Amino acid sequence: MSQPTLVEPGDAIRPGEPPVVERYRAGARINHWITALTMVLLILSGLGLFHPALFFLTSLFGGGQIARTLHPLFGLVLAASFLLLFLQFWRGNLWKPEDGAWVAHLGDLVAGHDEKMPEVGKYNAGQKFVFWSLAALIVVMLTTGIMIWDQFFEGLTPIPAQRIALIVHAVSAVFVILVIILHVYAAIWVRGSFDAMIKGHVTAGWAWRHHRKWFRQLAERRAAGTDRL
Amino acid sequence: MLDSPRDPAVSNPPVQGFKENLGKGDVVRRSATASLPPPTRKLDEVAKLIDVSKCIGCKACQSACVEWNDTQPDIEENVGAYTNPHDLTPDMFTLMRFEEWENPATSDLEWLIRKDGCMHCEDPGCLKACPSPGAIVQYSNGIVDIDHDACIGCGYCVKGCPFDIPRVSKKDHKAYKCTLCSDRVAVGQGPACAKACPTQAIVFGTKTEMKAHAEERIADLKSRGYENAGLYDPKGVGGTHVMYVLHHADKPHIYSGLPDDPAISPVVTAWKGVTKSAGLLAMGLAAAATIAHGIFAKPDRVTAEDEDAGRALAEGDGTGGRP
Ligand code: HEM
Ligand code: SF4
Repeated sequence: MSQPTLVEPGDAIRPGEPPVVERYRAGARINHWITALTMVLLILSGLGLFHPALFFLTSLFGGGQIARTLHPLFGLVLAASFLLLFLQFWRGNLWKPEDGAWVAHLGDLVAGHDEKMPEVGKYNAGQKFVFWSLAALIVVMLTTGIMIWDQFFEGLTPIPAQRIALIVHAVSAVFVILVIILHVYAAIWVRGSFDAMIKGHVTAGWAWRHHRKWFRQLAERRAAGTDRL
Repeated sequence: MLDSPRDPAVSNPPVQGFKENLGKGDVVRRSATASLPPPTRKLDEVAKLIDVSKCIGCKACQSACVEWNDTQPDIEENVGAYTNPHDLTPDMFTLMRFEEWENPATSDLEWLIRKDGCMHCEDPGCLKACPSPGAIVQYSNGIVDIDHDACIGCGYCVKGCPFDIPRVSKKDHKAYKCTLCSDRVAVGQGPACAKACPTQAIVFGTKTEMKAHAEERIADLKSRGYENAGLYDPKGVGGTHVMYVLHHADKPHIYSGLPDDPAISPVVTAWKGVTKSAGLLAMGLAAAATIAHGIFAKPDRVTAEDEDAGRALAEGDGTGGRP
């Protein structure tokens, strides 16, 4: 009954006192935090141009000229870094039947009735939403960003197209920021989640509570002796 | 006290004393600035009138512009056209565009020469698009000017402009365009191009005078068979402070693509308007909602039962794990 897409390389139960569950390898964690850092820099430098009330944010980078220069460069780093994350995580984020049930029980989740939630694999539907919406939005941001990046791509598209690129870039930025708020807040609200991305492992209780299907899979593999293959 | 030159034809400076204008108190619009102190006075609106029918394409105006603004346009290739350089550049604020047009009514070849450059719109798209506070200002006499100290070189003005005028320099990353010689006008002189024009195809004065002068020119053109002669002062941008007398005012586009009905693109208006206000609101609400939830709602914590069940699964034979 093994479903190979449920676990990612490195995922395993590590026996000990107490036992822990390995969730992200060092490479994935470094990759994630590079992505996160560039995302924050992008949001701050982008928002500086987004609204006059936020123009002061450009001074964090040493002024408007510098923020304007750096922003698209951060964008390239983000796109490359996210691509690497994507290649590692996309399988685990494919939509599964239990995800629909999970969404149907969202009310229970917010109300704190965790026991009513269906068992999910490595990622729940909320995490999958964050993953796919960021993947799509970053493609849009990269495309529109290049269209308005005059320093290197001036005249790549006609001006009416650049105007559309600007509004799409700005609207998508708002959505990116909303998704990032959701992502960061979920990580804070669901206590114990930061461990996964900082230490790389979570407690058995956390794995049991939040990603039981994934956890069961790891236990099966361990029992079968295939967990370190 | 005069605030702009009075002789529409030759724009010679006044000989009497002239108090410098175009200071802070004369600014009526400022980019990325919500509340601007009201101007301390209202200057007479000025305008440059370019009579296309009088232009001989000598480019004295272009040379005068380069000289006065001390720019160094690149030497380019001759591609068999008089238009030179190939386009407006950060170092070429005005450009004579040459168009050979066959008049379908007469089958005559007409050589249409238009001096392109900033139109100094009453409702400037560049200023609307600009994200940098004070990088673009509009004075109460109608001049739209770029403050290079505040410009960050983002190129939004290029996208906001309905006439495709501003150009961002690859050297200093700042936007450049015709200033209507604001530095000359501020001390009572006319623009360098108008001063240099040998046929007085370019004249400068108050907007009222320029319109009156245009009427005379249009009447003259009509009397000579140009029944569609007219003034180009497009309403879509609230009128302009650079106007043309066109012999075919019914079809401005034949003059090297002069827009028939220019206006700030609705995309730009939506981008700088509802996108910004709704976007800021949505982000603010989302941030506030999560902070409130964080403070008032119970965090989702792993319970002791979860830990027991988890340990049982981790240490069990892999089949169950329910306590
Ligand atoms: C997901 C990450 C990103 C966010 C949150 C973001 C956000 C923003 C925002 C809010 C603006 C201001 C828009 C406005 O004034 O209405 C902006 C401008 C801009 N963005 Fe992005 N952006 C991102 C990614 C990118 C990428 C990948 C590129 C290009 C490779 C890029 C290139 C640009 C450019 C060229 C501008 C115009 C200002 C400048 O030249 O720096 N952005 N961005
Ligand atoms: S390039 Fe300069 S003047 Fe043009 S919109 Fe950007 S900051 Fe404003």
